[in-house]
Amino acid sequence: MSVRMLALLAALSLPVSTASADVSLGDAAGRYSIGAGGSSIRFSIAKLGGGGLSGAFGRFSGTIRIDGTDVGRSSVEITIFPDSVGTGQGRIDAFLRSDAVFDSANAPQIVFRSTRVKRTGDTTAVIAGRLTARGKSSPEVFTARLDSLKRGTVAFHVTGKVLRSRYGMDVGTPIYSNVVDFDMTLIGRRG
Amino acid sequence: MASLFRNTTTRYGWIAILLHWLIAVLFIGQVALGLVMVRIASQRTAFELIQWHKSFGFLLLGLVLVRIGWRLGNVRPALPETVAPLERRAAPLVHALLYAAQLVVPLSGWALVSVSVLEVPSVPFDLFVMPNLPLGASDAAEAFWSAAHEWLAWIGIALAALHILAALRHRFLLRDSVFQRMIAPSSGDEPRE
Repeated sequence: MSVRMLALLAALSLPVSTASADVSLGDAAGRYSIGAGGSSIRFSIAKLGGGGLSGAFGRFSGTIRIDGTDVGRSSVEITIFPDSVGTGQGRIDAFLRSDAVFDSANAPQIVFRSTRVKRTGDTTAVIAGRLTARGKSSPEVFTARLDSLKRGTVAFHVTGKVLRSRYGMDVGTPIYSNVVDFDMTLIGRRG
Repeated sequence: MASLFRNTTTRYGWIAILLHWLIAVLFIGQVALGLVMVRIASQRTAFELIQWHKSFGFLLLGLVLVRIGWRLGNVRPALPETVAPLERRAAPLVHALLYAAQLVVPLSGWALVSVSVLEVPSVPFDLFVMPNLPLGASDAAEAFWSAAHEWLAWIGIALAALHILAALRHRFLLRDSVFQRMIAPSSGDEPRE
């Protein structure tokens, strides 16, 4: 076994610090399941006069496939259950679940499927894909950064902006911005 | 001709008449909108109607302030000689209460949106952000102002109903000039000065 092979095995199996210089997308090759444990999908919407509305989805699942030889052939798929939305204010949650926004009774899933992954750095990539909500699909782009890689677990920080008007959720504009800022921590476990 | 804008001792001018009817129409519209918006099933429509109610409420409050200013800066036409002594005493009282209602109903609505824990900004007609009144937001404060706004509105409706009935009595039973002089400044008893 060559020294290089040993080094690669060490990189894949040993704990790696969160410093981005120590992790690389190429080392993270494999299929990972995204679970709610440790992961979070947070969002915020700015409102006129300052401040904003922020919340998170409690239930979601997904899969990340990282191609070791060509990161560009990686893919990600995430399903969010909008019924699990939480803002800390029950009346706002009920409003978001209602037909005013998510209509979660009739549209219980929000799905993102990547169509293209473009590596932009050692640990960063831009992920383009289709987001489907309330029966409407639209192309969206998210930015991902690999934050840690250890013992078969990957942690990504994913951000992106989505225009809610594209999904029939433009209620409250322009008081509440049309732009939804997503900020996600996605923990994937191999397998 | 400019004098037609101002009141005289015998008739209302156009400004007072215009403000009266604008506020009357807005008030009735706001009552209807307020009743519908809290009963409608669609949350989306309810949200939009509530924003319209807030927009028209701020417009109403602005017009009421102008109206009070105009009232204070103008003479009041005297009631016709034929008006009975009891009514002569009752009319100013009901008018004072109506003015109070015009002021406190929109103000209590402003207080309600200011203390609401939902913290939905008020943006009248999507034009500008109306600041909240400096009152602390809490569930208890929201419940209080919600009840206050609704009760004050009902009191306003009762006063307006009394006012309308009195006006119709003047128009159809007493057939004096009291009703007509709120229609146009030049009805009937214009003094020759």
